[in-house]
Amino acid sequence: MSLLELRGITKRYPAVVANDDISLKVEAGKIHAVLGENGAGKSTLMKIIYGATAADEGQIFWCDNPVRINNPAAARQLGIGMVYQHFSLFESITVAENIAVALNQKLNLETLSSEINLISKKYDLLVEPDRLLYHLSVGERQRVEIIRCLIQNPKLLILDEPTSVLTPQAVQGLFVTLKQLASEGCSILYISHKLEEVFQICDSATVLRGGKVVDSILPSATTIGELAHMMIGAQPPTTHRQRGNINPSSKLEICHLSAPAEDHFGSDIRDTSLTVQGGEIIGIAGVSGNGQAELFRLLSGENLHSEPDAVRINDVGVSHLNANERRRLGLACIPEERLGRGAAAGFNLRDNLCLTHHGKNLVHYGFIKHKEADKRAAQVIDRFSVQCDGPGAAAQSLSGGNLQRFIVGREIELNPTVLIVSQPTWGLDVAAAAFIRQTLIDLSRAGSAVLVFSEELEELLEICDQIAVMYAGQMSPPMPRSGADIEQIGLLMAGEGFSTQATPQGD
Amino acid sequence: MFYVLGFKPLDTLRVFFIHPLSSAYGISEVLLKACPLVLIGLGLAIGFRANVWNIGAEGQLTIGAICAGGIALAIGEQNFAFTVFVMVILGALGGMAWASIPAFLKVRFNTNEILVTLMLNYVAILLLSYLVHGPWRDPFGFNFPQTALFHPSAMFSPLYPGFRVTGSIFMVIGATIIAWGVVTRSFLGFQMTIVGKAPKAGRFAGYRENQAIWLGLLIGGGAAGLAGMAEVAGPLGQLLPTISPGYGYTAIIVAFLGRLHPVGVVFGGLLVSLIANGGESAQMQLGMHSSLAQIFQGMLLFFVLAADVLVFYKLKLVTR
Repeated sequence: MSLLELRGITKRYPAVVANDDISLKVEAGKIHAVLGENGAGKSTLMKIIYGATAADEGQIFWCDNPVRINNPAAARQLGIGMVYQHFSLFESITVAENIAVALNQKLNLETLSSEINLISKKYDLLVEPDRLLYHLSVGERQRVEIIRCLIQNPKLLILDEPTSVLTPQAVQGLFVTLKQLASEGCSILYISHKLEEVFQICDSATVLRGGKVVDSILPSATTIGELAHMMIGAQPPTTHRQRGNINPSSKLEICHLSAPAEDHFGSDIRDTSLTVQGGEIIGIAGVSGNGQAELFRLLSGENLHSEPDAVRINDVGVSHLNANERRRLGLACIPEERLGRGAAAGFNLRDNLCLTHHGKNLVHYGFIKHKEADKRAAQVIDRFSVQCDGPGAAAQSLSGGNLQRFIVGREIELNPTVLIVSQPTWGLDVAAAAFIRQTLIDLSRAGSAVLVFSEELEELLEICDQIAVMYAGQMSPPMPRSGADIEQIGLLMAGEGFSTQATPQGD
Repeated sequence: MFYVLGFKPLDTLRVFFIHPLSSAYGISEVLLKACPLVLIGLGLAIGFRANVWNIGAEGQLTIGAICAGGIALAIGEQNFAFTVFVMVILGALGGMAWASIPAFLKVRFNTNEILVTLMLNYVAILLLSYLVHGPWRDPFGFNFPQTALFHPSAMFSPLYPGFRVTGSIFMVIGATIIAWGVVTRSFLGFQMTIVGKAPKAGRFAGYRENQAIWLGLLIGGGAAGLAGMAEVAGPLGQLLPTISPGYGYTAIIVAFLGRLHPVGVVFGGLLVSLIANGGESAQMQLGMHSSLAQIFQGMLLFFVLAADVLVFYKLKLVTR
């Protein structure tokens, strides 16, 4: 008897068939992976199982009985728990209160706290029930989410991309917990695009591509290469990265930059220093929440700093200059939020081009040269293979991958001497991700200095020449890629080797 | 509604919409009321696009009228060719000066411009009241609170004898063209729209929010000041305790009816003016109470704006 079975699940949205005739089985006490690249339909499938969406066709069987899961409460009643990739927790209340919010019963916070402690000890998911949530690191918050599910005694636990926010060591800790849960009879549905992990802990896997099931396999019976091929449908693309020459005329320097957090949910920046030279790519690794967002804003010009030489571009102190003025000196930035910051929702691509190109011959006596902007937008669309309805297309009509292609293309067309990027390929399909990574490499080899913030260590290892780690607002000295030791980087990401003072965000 | 209240619906609607347009005088009246609505609406729309909520057009037009009126009274009976020109400039500057108060407070102290502009309305109106009751009262005016009538050289003359529409309509047309250019083509207009609709993107692009706040309020204030000047130098011909039937507030609705686009504002202003005139006709022809006419106006505007929202959203009954 299988615990969960899906037969012929189909879900259509206006522009795309997200799930096409999907069938899979999960046995009790087993860990089953759902593999697929971004856009393959994994999230939609999970929403259907958890009751957040209804399928158009198909049936769900629970313990061999057909069921209708109308909403998440019904799913929880059946015994399904879900840990989302982006947590649904409230920052301003305690751990125990957060868990209480999810439970639909009258309860006593003290008994709840002791229950939390019990579970936490049993599965080695250390949390303190009385701590306010915004003090917790991302790894700790994930533990709260897991405990929130476990306290309801689930028979099936769904985890959506759980390791994207963890350090390598924390990932191993999570796997131990999952194996323990499975051995006690709880099944686990593990959503991921990371093949090595699936091999590590999953008993079986279903591979999705373009909304359809490619195959259901046992990892023990296949290789990573074959799995990658199934996921993408072709040979995975390779990035070409030869050693480049250093171009001393392009340079980004961060000199002992310190800044207080903007609010108590943020991170202080403490005495960070780094030099990026033209011709090389330097990556900043670290779990998000350790000051990367604040540092990015100080570098891009969205936040100013009183000490003008704390940030220098091409030997000019710029910390007191705004984004516009820094762009004129040769800086370009690609923020992690695409719609809403890198591009303006509600405007078309031609207008979005003017966001950063207005300094380059687009404004004539105060009037925008629309024809010129159209032409340039069309150039970007063409050179960077952006799939859209032309320069007049609304920014929100583009898929994530295409919008990112446009934003990256727009910034590269500025011919920057210094480029700063944050999470360049988050949520993108394999082809778009490979394209953008190659574009960054090519830009640096052409002489620009490139700085990349990324949560995905694998990405940094693929494209960077040197890697530094950020933890609690501090930065480690950069290490050359060739000698980099993943375990050492993982320890740095968790805070080893940094002076411990303010809010820790590692694990 | 009309049926329930005992009026013949079709007749009423005819009186509201058709009657004002059925005579040349009627059309002139519609245009007359439309001019200040469109002018102020244009200025306010530019500010609203940048999320600058100027509710103080009523006060700004009052100050503009005071400044212009002051010049007219100072000139007295003398006949200078450029009087009107000076009044135009001072009217606009007066409105801008009044709007610069909330602008400064917002930029410097992050005060809410809705509250400040609203409160300044009352200050302006009371100032006007003080002036017409006191220092500027017409000595030959039988103690009524009003100033002396302005000399014809200090006024916009009617376009055609017998009609009240004046040459200020050309000013409005000119303003429409300028507003259209600013909103659709100029870089400043673009910046302000981005800062209003996508503030994070605006910050990323390096557009200055303070600049948008100043411009938004000054443009709105200047337009309102001009409209105030046009009213007292046009159909009113003097300063009175009340110089505006709420143009400053109605213009806000006109701006939104026109979806914050200059051409739309023109149509919005004409529509609202038509309904207002229709309301007056309804009172005279059908003996309808004035508040009924206003209710009808309100309902009409409500449904028009609701239709605007429903274009993008669908109402769905959700049973839990």
